[in-house]
Amino acid sequence: MSWMQLSPEEWTAVHLSLKVSTWAMVVSLPIGIAVALLLARGNFWGKSVLNGIVHLPLILPPVVTGYLLLLTFGRRGPVGAFLAENFGIVFSFRWTGAALACSVMGFPLMVRAIRLSIEAVDRKLEAAAGTLGANPAWVFFTVTLPLILPGVIAGMILSFAKAMGEFGATITFVSNIPGETQTLPSAIYTFTQVPGGDVGALRLTIVSIIISMTALVASEAMSRRLGKRLDIE
Amino acid sequence: MTVSVDISQRLGSLTLEARFESAGRLTALFGPSGSGKTSLINLIGGLMRPDRGRITAQGRVFVDTAERIFVPAHKRRVGYVFQEPRLFPHMSVRTNLLYGRWFTPSAERYEDLGRVVELLGIGHLLERRPSRLSGGEKQRVAIGRALLTSPRLLLMDEPLASLDEARKAEIMPYIERLRDETKIPIVYVSHSIGEVARLASDVAVMSQGKLSAFGPTGTIMQRLDLLPKEAQGEGGAVLDMQVAAHDREFDMTVLASRAGEIRVPRIDAGPGNKVRVRIRARDVIIATERPQGLSALNMLAGTIAAIQPADGVAVEVRIDCGGEAVMSRITRQSLHALDLAVGRPVFAVIKTVAFDQENLSRTGALHDI
Repeated sequence: MSWMQLSPEEWTAVHLSLKVSTWAMVVSLPIGIAVALLLARGNFWGKSVLNGIVHLPLILPPVVTGYLLLLTFGRRGPVGAFLAENFGIVFSFRWTGAALACSVMGFPLMVRAIRLSIEAVDRKLEAAAGTLGANPAWVFFTVTLPLILPGVIAGMILSFAKAMGEFGATITFVSNIPGETQTLPSAIYTFTQVPGGDVGALRLTIVSIIISMTALVASEAMSRRLGKRLDIE
Repeated sequence: MTVSVDISQRLGSLTLEARFESAGRLTALFGPSGSGKTSLINLIGGLMRPDRGRITAQGRVFVDTAERIFVPAHKRRVGYVFQEPRLFPHMSVRTNLLYGRWFTPSAERYEDLGRVVELLGIGHLLERRPSRLSGGEKQRVAIGRALLTSPRLLLMDEPLASLDEARKAEIMPYIERLRDETKIPIVYVSHSIGEVARLASDVAVMSQGKLSAFGPTGTIMQRLDLLPKEAQGEGGAVLDMQVAAHDREFDMTVLASRAGEIRVPRIDAGPGNKVRVRIRARDVIIATERPQGLSALNMLAGTIAAIQPADGVAVEVRIDCGGEAVMSRITRQSLHALDLAVGRPVFAVIKTVAFDQENLSRTGALHDI
């Protein structure tokens, strides 16, 4: 089975993909919960606009999203230049840029999953917690959050899986630099572009399948355990 | 005053207006569905904000629109028992019970888990999940959870409405204990005249958003005209009596009051204990002389104090029996045939079996805060 042995470069791509996806998922989580709360509960002017913007990456061609990111977060983009000058945060052609692209692409999926679970929460329970003396923040952390946890986990897994597979926006925004921005899909794409790269592409494809299946099984197990804890009849 | 309410609030096409002050142990908000009872209790609990008015409880201002004061629900320290238990599904019974305790300053905690668990008989449920409890058990836990916040006031919004008769009978005695053994004043929403007659010290009658009457339970229950149409047959006298003796041979208890002695199915209370008796107006027969050869055991002598027409066929007769009022609902034909008039001496006849468990309840003193 020597053909299954990953080369150091391939390992780098796998490792980078895991890092990028994890960061994309973790960083977008609090924002995702906040936006889902706003969309599920909020009643404000421009709610449908916010909803549209959140869902845009789902509809736009990934290349377009990547290009828009390049325009705003690139070296010369308004946000990118501001962040680079004031905080030293650079996205273009860095793995952080790949994480940003992945989190933007996975964001609508995460928000949808969390929003659905928020809408399913019985608000009467929250009112009851209020009469027991809990202020709104306590109500959120002791009642709402535990009750939406299955949806939050589903949203995290979706975001992670999307990030593992993201290709178009990433390669448009931060290119395909081995060791810096070459994630699994980019590496597979590169292999298919060179003669004799078939074996390498196949190896990484199998790795990709294993990681995705593991994430899926883990999320299933977690939500089963949570379901048992919540004792939902 | 324990609770004082003076508010107005628009609710769709209805305007809720209520003004009353109660120092009673258990004040019932009584009225048909849609009369504004739940809105009123939500205003007291802080789940709604009144358009205008002032609400105070135990000397604390909860709302005063003139002073621009609105204390949010979580700062009112008001225990709220809802129609449905609303237990947190992700916590055990114990964690549910202790939830509100975190938020009560330790100096103001006067209830502890042991006492509440004993009062409500829920000790064996502590480690269970709410989904593993019966309806009655859930509601008892919900009551316990509200009590453990050591509230200044306990609000109960039809806590028995979602339960069947057996579960109601299971919980009633706990609410009576709550009323008699704790210091917490209770505001209790109900559309069941049976619950109100049994539990309340004072009654506020609501009708189409307005407070149509307020007073001690005994007084309100006699005013059948104040009660909703469908409840009028259920109204009647509410007398606080004392256990005089037990009749072992026939399994009965003799109760005494100023109105005279009555015999009821045996109740478990020693002589001297106070018992509240509801005598439904429709269970009372009027006789112009002491009847002979009649199976009914209870005959109270009195004089007719008032006669009021009720709907169509019936009239309501108030009989003064030694200072206590007994209500009777008879047909206009009987009124005419017996030639009844105010001032005439009569006998109020009541069958012993008319007193079922629903009409008899032990009470402590209801007005001695």
